[in-house]
Amino acid sequence: MNPSETATAPLQPSPTEDGDQTATARLSIEGMHCASCASRIEAELARVPGVVGASVSLTAEEATVRYAPGRDELPSLEDAVARAGYKARPAAAPEDALTRQESDRRREYRSLMRKFWFAALIAVPVMVFSYPDPLGLDRWAAFEEGSDSLLWIWRALGLATIPVLAWSGSQFYSGAWLALRHRQANMHTLIAVGISAAWLYSTVAVLWPEIFPEERFTEVYYDVAAVVVALVTLGLALEVKAKGRSSEAIRELVGLQTKRARVVRDGTEVEIPIEEVVVGDVLTVRPGEKVPVDGVIVDGQSALDESMVTGESLPVDKEPGDEVIGATVNTTGAFRFTATKVGADTALASIVRMVQDAQATKLPIQRVVDQVAGVFVPAVIIVAIAAFVVWFDLGPSPALTYAVIVAVTVLIIACPCALGLATPTSLTVGMGKGAEQGILFRGGDALQAGRQLDTLVLDKTGTITHGKPALTDVAASPTFDEQDVLRLAASVERRSEHPLAQAIVAGAAERGVASADPESFVAVPGHGVEARAEGRAVLLGNRKLLADRGVDVAALQERAETLASEGKTPMYLAVEGRAAGLVAVADTIKPDSVAAIAQLRELGLEVAMITGDNERTAAAVARQVGVDRVLAEVLPEDKAHEVQKLQLEGRRVGMVGDGINDAPALTQADVGLAIGTGTDVAIEASDVTLVGGSLQSVVSAIEISQATMRNVRQNLFGAFVYNTAGLPIAAGLLYPFFGVLLSPLIAAAAMAFSSVTVVSNANRLRHWKPKEALA
Amino acid sequence: MSIDQIAVTAAGLLAIAGVAWFFWGPRGEGVKAALNSAGVQEAMILVKGGYTPDTIVVEAGTPVRLSFRREETAACSERVLFPAFGRSADLPEGEVVPIELTPDAPGEYGFECGMGMLHGKLVVR
Repeated sequence: MNPSETATAPLQPSPTEDGDQTATARLSIEGMHCASCASRIEAELARVPGVVGASVSLTAEEATVRYAPGRDELPSLEDAVARAGYKARPAAAPEDALTRQESDRRREYRSLMRKFWFAALIAVPVMVFSYPDPLGLDRWAAFEEGSDSLLWIWRALGLATIPVLAWSGSQFYSGAWLALRHRQANMHTLIAVGISAAWLYSTVAVLWPEIFPEERFTEVYYDVAAVVVALVTLGLALEVKAKGRSSEAIRELVGLQTKRARVVRDGTEVEIPIEEVVVGDVLTVRPGEKVPVDGVIVDGQSALDESMVTGESLPVDKEPGDEVIGATVNTTGAFRFTATKVGADTALASIVRMVQDAQATKLPIQRVVDQVAGVFVPAVIIVAIAAFVVWFDLGPSPALTYAVIVAVTVLIIACPCALGLATPTSLTVGMGKGAEQGILFRGGDALQAGRQLDTLVLDKTGTITHGKPALTDVAASPTFDEQDVLRLAASVERRSEHPLAQAIVAGAAERGVASADPESFVAVPGHGVEARAEGRAVLLGNRKLLADRGVDVAALQERAETLASEGKTPMYLAVEGRAAGLVAVADTIKPDSVAAIAQLRELGLEVAMITGDNERTAAAVARQVGVDRVLAEVLPEDKAHEVQKLQLEGRRVGMVGDGINDAPALTQADVGLAIGTGTDVAIEASDVTLVGGSLQSVVSAIEISQATMRNVRQNLFGAFVYNTAGLPIAAGLLYPFFGVLLSPLIAAAAMAFSSVTVVSNANRLRHWKPKEALA
Repeated sequence: MSIDQIAVTAAGLLAIAGVAWFFWGPRGEGVKAALNSAGVQEAMILVKGGYTPDTIVVEAGTPVRLSFRREETAACSERVLFPAFGRSADLPEGEVVPIELTPDAPGEYGFECGMGMLHGKLVVR
């Protein structure tokens, strides 16, 4: 177990050296001041019955306690801390951390909105008095240009905007100051410098008009200061809100976890917090309840809705021996199961962790963006200074006014946030969307590469097909009945453990044909079985077995050939020395494989099937599912080589297979997609894990990466175009040609809404839905 | 060109040079992580408008624990990423969040906030 994971997993049973199970609890402790406080608490905790070890961290203000599970221990631990003179409460669990993040966000949003309303309240009268013309106020004598009364109105406006800057705009100043201390600059720096410049210039102009004789009474820019603060603050608030939505998918996943579990201990059923469930506990699940942790069914049966983890919409039938996944929902049956994975090891916890880690990785495309973003803000400041100088030296009169306002506009229109937000937000939404469908991307590069694939190699066994043989055909000689053929075949195979035999027995049962134990049974290795059933001598096996026993199979020969050409394995049945019929088994194709392959081809991918089967069987399956290319008779160890050969043709290859046998090929491929095996979601070799295990999810995976990358591109394009177009216009590049100069107010609006647009565009991905499977 | 134009131009050029030096100029050495009794190199990092300290010097091959404590509400910094290590963590306000990793090869590994606006550096020797 990775030590850092314990930090996010509050309670995690793990085996001790002597093999016993212990549970770990984390307590958050208040009121500690020194190392001796910590050791006092440790000593007190160690005295609690059942506690194996306790360690207290002063810096983290936290106690980690290992104890033998069995009872609800937390209250006695809290009492022990209280005895030592401190206050304890259970430390935040990961889901609580997410909830906290959410409430932090809400608080941040409310605080920003309050600041916005205050700034807006002041900005409106400031605007009215700054631009009296539209309302006809300019007819009043007080607004007469150059008059003392106008000067006094302006001075009043300057006073009114002070609280806007000081309170509503405080985050810009504190943000800028903190960044400056690290010799860094950010959006806050630009806004803070911009609004300060506008305000200071105006203030100097109204307090000491004689300093700028040329500019006297031309214009003041208090409205800029107030409106920019209001708009940008509103933009920040909306962005906070939109960002909260981007991580909704992961929050929903975490929310799936149940809080309590019913465990059978000492023969009675007790309800305990889920954190206290240890591996080996037997848990009961009633109809309609959620499965608390991962495990294997011991008795009972039911159908489970696993859609939240695998994306598979139909409930899955489960019986003793089958795996159940924590957080899935039991439908109508009741069952008991043994816990196999608990705490941070469950499939759900792994999924959440994988998605969170993946969301934190970077798209390769983003490295370029980062390089730009790294120099962006200082570069904007330099552009602003340069624009100021150029306008001062070459601009029209009043030069100083123009220079100031152009510099301010440049500072305000630049939006580094849109650049910074463009890819991570889309990535977060896209990966969350994938997790909803049971598709886990290991990182941003997998997502980006997924879009660029042109060839997809599908492993046949277990990917296109079920991976285990099933009864497909029964044929009878003219004198026999198909029912009899199947019944006898099933009866003689009841004793056999061969997978083909089991397929026949299961197939008969499925078709409602009752079989009985044979009276005698001899396996003929490599050929079949020789048995007595229902008082008759029965042979079941390949043609050679029957030929050796002198049975004439000529009548069945043709049918057998046909079956073999369809990729099936025919077995001859002889009763009392006469050919009675055929049963055929084959690895059957999963019901959605054909539709999924058609969709993959529609997405523009060339689909190849790779298999160890002989050419004929492979070709038969290939025909049925409609792949473009067949790679047959490939030994398992050569699969990676085949993938490499395709890559040498200049293709970008995705490989779909299981995570164990196909690991080298998955690693070799540009994108390895591993079909999930039950609760084991963290498949190392794969770039993408498909928890659901159906080919349909491969389609969804490709579609999600295409949709996400399209979204990223739109965002980046938007952010780059916005900044590269906005900056020169703000600097007044159009002025010499068209006389166009951007108002700082427009710049503020553009800046505020550009980052909101980016986040909102990313959130559009939330509405992405997998295409319905073709009928 | 008038005298004030010359003055403004000179001041502007000086300011540009100043900005460039301030943000892009050479930086200090950074803080060396302390080796604790458990053999882990530890450093506390305050997240507030930036990372303090923003450059942490560690030895290669020895486990490193960086304890982040975020003391601001701006959503910007609520996540810290170590792209080179494929690691990340949420930083709830006011909580100490440890990130443990063992850098094997010497070099400089950046860490940053989710939006790539705040930057720090792990210097591995």
